[in-house]
Amino acid sequence: MSDSENQVTKDRGEYWRKNLKIIGGCLVVWAFVSLVLGVLLADWLNNFSIGGYPLGFWFAQQGSIYVFLVIIFFYAWRMNKLDREYDVYED
Amino acid sequence: MEGSQQILNLTVVGLTFALYIGIAIWARTGSTSEFYVAGKGVNPVANGMATAADWMSAASFISMAGLIAFLGFTGGAFLMGWTGGYVLMALLLAPYLRKFGKFTVPEFIGDRFYSKTARVIAVICLLAISITYVIGQMRGVGIAFSNILEVPLTVGLISGMVVVFIYAVFGGMKGITYTQIAQYCVMIFAYTVPAVFIAIAITGVPIPQIGLGSTLAGSDTYLLEALDQTLVDLGFAAYSATEGGFNMLNMFLLTISLMIGTAGLPHVIIRFFTVPRIRDARKSAGWSLVFIALLYTTAPAVGAMAMWNLLDTVLVDRHSIGEAEAHTRYEDLPDWMYRWEQTGLLQWEDKNNDGRIQYYNDGNAEFDQMAREQWGWEGSEITNLDRDIIVLANPEIAGLPTWVIALVAAGGIAAALSTAAGLLLAISSAVSHDLLKGVFKPDISEKNEMLAARISMAVAIIFAGYLGLNPPGFAAEVVALAFGLAAASLFPTLMMGIFYRKMNREGAIAGMLAGLIVTLGYVFTYKGFLFFPQLALLPDTAEYWLFGINPAAFGVIGAVANGIVSFAVAKMTAPPPAEIQKLVESVRVPRAD
Repeated sequence: MSDSENQVTKDRGEYWRKNLKIIGGCLVVWAFVSLVLGVLLADWLNNFSIGGYPLGFWFAQQGSIYVFLVIIFFYAWRMNKLDREYDVYED
Repeated sequence: MEGSQQILNLTVVGLTFALYIGIAIWARTGSTSEFYVAGKGVNPVANGMATAADWMSAASFISMAGLIAFLGFTGGAFLMGWTGGYVLMALLLAPYLRKFGKFTVPEFIGDRFYSKTARVIAVICLLAISITYVIGQMRGVGIAFSNILEVPLTVGLISGMVVVFIYAVFGGMKGITYTQIAQYCVMIFAYTVPAVFIAIAITGVPIPQIGLGSTLAGSDTYLLEALDQTLVDLGFAAYSATEGGFNMLNMFLLTISLMIGTAGLPHVIIRFFTVPRIRDARKSAGWSLVFIALLYTTAPAVGAMAMWNLLDTVLVDRHSIGEAEAHTRYEDLPDWMYRWEQTGLLQWEDKNNDGRIQYYNDGNAEFDQMAREQWGWEGSEITNLDRDIIVLANPEIAGLPTWVIALVAAGGIAAALSTAAGLLLAISSAVSHDLLKGVFKPDISEKNEMLAARISMAVAIIFAGYLGLNPPGFAAEVVALAFGLAAASLFPTLMMGIFYRKMNREGAIAGMLAGLIVTLGYVFTYKGFLFFPQLALLPDTAEYWLFGINPAAFGVIGAVANGIVSFAVAKMTAPPPAEIQKLVESVRVPRAD
């Protein structure tokens, strides 16, 4: 394997590790708002409210969905940036 | 129903049908690439809209709000599960499967795991998932037609079949995609218009998502607070509280199962093969969720407000439940209740002969006893209340104009037809591309492959139509199983194919089989082998469930079984060949030179 090929392989590995890190971070938020705030802590969160929404109820029936949207668009934006950094962006 | 309403309904539905067929003629397809993946040229926003229509079925449109209305807080499992799956799809599957660049999900599994056996198992999973789903859709078309248009079930179902046949068989994925965009518009308009009017009537706020958290019009009491109180006064669980519905363990597991199941549904995954680039696949999943969220964030408001309207109809004064005058007299019941009584979906009976209707939770033993002794009630007097009437009757309950009722009919039919078309395409491509070309006749010409795809789609439509007319009694339960199978078989295997380079053929096959067997075994134990109830091994109640896990929430356990078995088997057998490991690496990068 030539030096330049070695470089490409190394870059690919780094690109993939960064991708995994971004995915991991996004999935932590994903699980936290839905499974933790919307289910496990919902009972306790219902003691608080935003407007007329008990907070746990809000996360289970509205809030999680809004956060999911933010996660997907954040991921798409962040990966586009990463694609450019590692020169694998499609034309 | 009056004659003029029926004519209006038929006209609106007929116009939408003409629109769908017109689009299909405009988007005729010529090549297999156009037929299976719309030539990979669909704009990501358009694809998002089509995916939303594809995904939101008759069940989402007609049944979900009613389900939430009666489950209250724990109905959130469906909202979070069915939307959260898109996060998994966007991050873990869509870009890589698009990069792989083939036509079907079994094709990826077959190539990645260099095995025809793996491909055939994936086809079996796909067919089990899609066929059970499509039965429900055709049933939905039939019910929407016969209830709302007052034509016989057969006539309604066959006209639905003819329309799907025309635009799906001739248009393929391209025709389906553009038709689904039109269907999305019909569907979302039909769903949100009544919701806005009802939100204004109850809270004075025109946006249902905000109205649900607002005060009742002309008072300082929040809608949810008042709803909680009234339900508790009638012996039910409070609407926004975590008791009632599922317990926490089952809500947790059901949410994850629906998330994984959604991400593993083949007819949704193939949508991400249709966009031009990898970055479009990432973005398109986001747009799908935008369009889905428009309906899914409205649904909780529709559910809660419909429940409020119902209580308002049967209660004259919600502050003095124990007084006889607090309950509506039979002669004062509104017309819509009498209309729905004729369908059998709503029934009542004056059990204590006091001329007034008492609606309460007679399943709550303590409350029931108190009501009998203190107030002379003899059981809840609404004896049947089908959850599906919540959305269908909503415009009538809110007294909306007749064209809105016609619109809801068209929306329900659009929801069912769009999902049926997407499922039929997934079924036909599995048969023609994966089984026929992939396994039995690899040298088939492109022209013959398309002919085979069209014939298998036609056969699938007739089969689905027949089952829609003669539904197996288990249709509703099988939908939960379809999600469980998608969660336990396809999703983990696809994911390991991308994220674990060393996953091999033996591991994938053993894992898929383990996921299938564990999930099927658990569901059949309680629901009966092949859903024959007399073949159930244990009664389907919480005390007999393993660790109290509801069979509908078991998909996640099947997925874990798939993962564990895959890893164990892969560790004990030879790693995949070098070129497969290279393939996995190339799938991970958008542009590899």
